[in-house]
Amino acid sequence: MRRSGASALALVWPPVVFGVAFLLIWEIAVEVFDFQTYFLPAPSAIWGAFRANTASIWEATRVSGQNALVGLLVGTALGVAMSFLLERFRLLTDLMTPLAVALNAVPIFILVAIFNNMYPVTSEVPRRLMVTLVVYFIVLVNVARGLRDVRIIHVELMRSFAASDVAILLKVRVPNAVPFLFTALKIAAPASVITAFVSEYFGGSQNGLGSRIVSNIALSNNSEAWAYVLGACLLGLAFYLTAVVLERFAVPGGRGALERLAA
Amino acid sequence: MNAVEVRSLTKVFNAGRPNSVEALVEVDLTIEPGEFVSLIGPSGCGKSTQLRLIANLVEPTSGEVLVNGKSARQARLDQDYGMAFQQAGLFDWRTVTKNVELPLELKRWSTTERRDRAQEMLDLVKLSEFADHFPWQLSGGMQQRVAIARALAARPPLLLMDEPFGALDEMTREHMQAELLRICGETSTTVVFVTHSIPEAVYLSTRVVVMSPRPGRITDVVDVDLGPHRDVETREADAFFKKVTEVREALRGIATPGVEPDIEQVTGEAGEG
Repeated sequence: MRRSGASALALVWPPVVFGVAFLLIWEIAVEVFDFQTYFLPAPSAIWGAFRANTASIWEATRVSGQNALVGLLVGTALGVAMSFLLERFRLLTDLMTPLAVALNAVPIFILVAIFNNMYPVTSEVPRRLMVTLVVYFIVLVNVARGLRDVRIIHVELMRSFAASDVAILLKVRVPNAVPFLFTALKIAAPASVITAFVSEYFGGSQNGLGSRIVSNIALSNNSEAWAYVLGACLLGLAFYLTAVVLERFAVPGGRGALERLAA
Repeated sequence: MNAVEVRSLTKVFNAGRPNSVEALVEVDLTIEPGEFVSLIGPSGCGKSTQLRLIANLVEPTSGEVLVNGKSARQARLDQDYGMAFQQAGLFDWRTVTKNVELPLELKRWSTTERRDRAQEMLDLVKLSEFADHFPWQLSGGMQQRVAIARALAARPPLLLMDEPFGALDEMTREHMQAELLRICGETSTTVVFVTHSIPEAVYLSTRVVVMSPRPGRITDVVDVDLGPHRDVETREADAFFKKVTEVREALRGIATPGVEPDIEQVTGEAGEG
């Protein structure tokens, strides 16, 4: 299953070449067509702004990242707990479905404005609640499915071994749900970052990546705004890669749910 | 004591509703220890249902099933039988060894006991070198051998098999049949085997039970006296072909005019069960 060095390189070079070419064309286009910075700053200008503001970008990233991480952890814990409850009490699913549908119809970011009213102005809690809520539903939907959609043959086999419901849960349903959990985390991790800084648009302390992007745009500091966007990209990427690495360790054979379904 | 005793067993699905199906009606069957009994018949003849009733995976509408002299339910709880299906049904997240250990885990055996027995079972099915592989790294025939090792890991006196080789190609299938006979001979396991294939039933069995559909019942029982040692020669012997013909004629007797029985011929492919 291990990839050889040569084929790993073959996998890596196309996106790297594409990325470098993309930045080059961007740089040249800004130069040739003489774009103004308020329209589109050159990558070199963005990089310059990034270097010049590393400390404050790091600080803003820390704030947004912390909000995203707290919401991600709490949302995942609640989502997993709730999916176990749904599996144990199937009736709950019928009660929850209309509620979940109704909540889905709400433009969900409006909620952060409501949360903001519930807490002091400088509180980070509303943003963390918002992230929790977004992550919770992603995790709940996936893990509940993983616990429920086990192969019939596995359940019959366990019954032929005189296995109790608890044994079926621990030895069939939970392992079946693990790849689903990581599929959820790979979606939820970047989503938690996006939610954390979009939530900052709705007021509260102006200390995170989202608020810095907005305020720099307002001040026409376009290169600086893009530098903060770069910080946001790196943060989202870090979250996503962490989820991928955890999956490699947690799933025997290192295969995700999709690969398993395809096999 | 009989390995399996089935007394006037009846199973009606959706009883009392317009779509009720008489899967099995008043079936009697006695299987002695050491026998290899195949259930054969067209789709809908209730052969799989009968196997599931013996396994206590479904409850009978009326009648009785005794396994090792106990109720089917008690026999299941005591793990008196092992079961194998058409799909190997291995757990993707467990290595081959861990798959074989599963029934022992459920019996709360110690780690060392489990590992020793799994090793022994993998030797038996000749897969020792694949102990640490994952199921999806094995071929279909190898997966089915792991499933058999798992079914026999707790040394149950009875093995219930529902078309276990139905999804394998003809060559692998013949190899698996020979292996199954060897394994069951070495472990003196009684087998109840559901199949679509006439030559498979004849090659493996000491008795072939012929069943008919709508409603499912036993129409004929063919004793197969080919002796305990069967090999490649057996498949080419006149006695073998005579038995194949006998079973085929028993099956032909039950075919309704205009309805093709869903039975595999000597050279045919496995159908859907």
